Amino acid sequence: MNGSKSPEKRTGASRVADYLRDIPRSGIRDFFDIVSTRKDVISLGIGEPDFPTPWRIREAAIYALDRGATAYTSNRGLLKLRQGIRDYVDRVFGVRYDPETEILVTVGVSEALDLAVRAVVSPGDEVLYHEPCYVSYRPTILFAHGVPVPAVTRAENGFRLTADMLEPLVTKRTKALLLNFPTNPTGATLGREELEGLARFACRHDLTVITDEIYSELTYEGEALSIAAFPGMRERTIFLHGLSKGWAMTGFRIGYACAPAELSEAMMKIHQYTMLCAPTLSQEAAAEALRDDRDTVEMRRAYEQRRNYICSALNEIGLPCHKPRGAFYVFPRVGDLGLTSRDFALRLLDEYNVACVPGTAFGACGEGFLRCSYATDLEEIKEAMARLAVFVKRLR
Amino acid sequence: MDELLKLLKENALESPDNLARLLNRSEQDIKKQIEEYERQGIIRGYQAIVNEDRLGLQRVSAVIEIKITPEREGGFDRIAERISKFREVEALYLMSGTYDLLAFVSGDNLRDVALFVSEKLATIQGILSTATHFMLKTYKVHGVLMEAQRTDERLKVS
Repeated sequence: MNGSKSPEKRTGASRVADYLRDIPRSGIRDFFDIVSTRKDVISLGIGEPDFPTPWRIREAAIYALDRGATAYTSNRGLLKLRQGIRDYVDRVFGVRYDPETEILVTVGVSEALDLAVRAVVSPGDEVLYHEPCYVSYRPTILFAHGVPVPAVTRAENGFRLTADMLEPLVTKRTKALLLNFPTNPTGATLGREELEGLARFACRHDLTVITDEIYSELTYEGEALSIAAFPGMRERTIFLHGLSKGWAMTGFRIGYACAPAELSEAMMKIHQYTMLCAPTLSQEAAAEALRDDRDTVEMRRAYEQRRNYICSALNEIGLPCHKPRGAFYVFPRVGDLGLTSRDFALRLLDEYNVACVPGTAFGACGEGFLRCSYATDLEEIKEAMARLAVFVKRLR
Repeated sequence: MDELLKLLKENALESPDNLARLLNRSEQDIKKQIEEYERQGIIRGYQAIVNEDRLGLQRVSAVIEIKITPEREGGFDRIAERISKFREVEALYLMSGTYDLLAFVSGDNLRDVALFVSEKLATIQGILSTATHFMLKTYKVHGVLMEAQRTDERLKVS
């Protein structure tokens, strides 16, 4: 323009920030694009409840819309919702947070996770987490210019994480530990002993722990425990939770973060400038949701029975599968049939019209595994298992 | 309520093999338990939930509020049992409030039900009065919505 010296013109890709170019798209989304070209697929690939949001919650959203609750809320979220969160977290997990300074309502746990990582990680800081894990952990750390350091969990240990697996990974730059139990995609949970060990580990190395508790209502054996409740942990833990899974409210996009005031304030700052507040109607619905957990208990019962069904079917088919104690996924091993996870999933889709997500979407160590969601109608699960049995028989 | 009963209430056609898998029990165990429930009279029968509106039948259903005089011996039971034996009566409950019994009644047509009320029901000694309400449309029966289609708007993979 106007004779100003123009440097070499940027092309499309070079307009994108350097650090983003190397981050791949979500493996789940990648597979979604393939599946969505097909008709009449039985999908065990869906990571959200198949139950509609309980009516009393939807009705509360309608009522809120009716009376015109469509303005901004405070940055932290509606006070009545934060008070509901305080009571719920206290009652279920035994940790009490101040709704004025320690609780922040976010747009799903996804936002909360991003805020937590950005609030804690300086460029070059290392963050420990466990793989296979949900697709967003590694990218979220990279977005904050942190260094992701995965610990590989294994099927033979039920995909559990222990302190001795993390110990060799600690360096001077290790800043935080990211946990997600029950885990997407393995359904692994941790017992009291393992959590105690991890708590001591975090204290010993003075780490901040970010714990994503999104599946905690869907714990089938043992109690739902959070590391935040262990000695010395409250001061160093960011507790993330939301209503998507336990209350079947994925599309409402409501999550929350509970953390000591300084950490919460740091997260609030980012949230304030980038999001302002979570959607008001969704917050109204969430406030109603937390008043009652009978629906949650009913849904958990249905998931648990489907889990029993799908595990028994998979083991009968000859796909070894540890019995997940939480979430709504099973993670059977398919690696002994001469196909990679991806090829197995592609052929299962192509030849039998059944969609499952290859384990590699959740980290390289997911090779040899398949994620099957049982957040699907039982009749569909039965049909999918029948087709899977035929496929496996043919491969043998 | 026992989990097995809950599952059977949801779908009485579920096979013992599937019930066993769902509840992590043996098939033998499930069969024995069902037999036991049947023997004890806890399970009284198995029925399909039918949306009769869809059948285009001309049948008529009504609920009838019935006031009765309780008897010195037997209270409400003797009259209630007598009423419940009529083929037309599909369900009968003893109620609190301004009337005593609530009957769910059906017949082939309006006249059928009207005749049943005026000739059979109202003439029973001890019945003081009846109030008949005809049903116009069925929305939900036994916890099942009659019109709702199961829709799944979720992404196929997420």
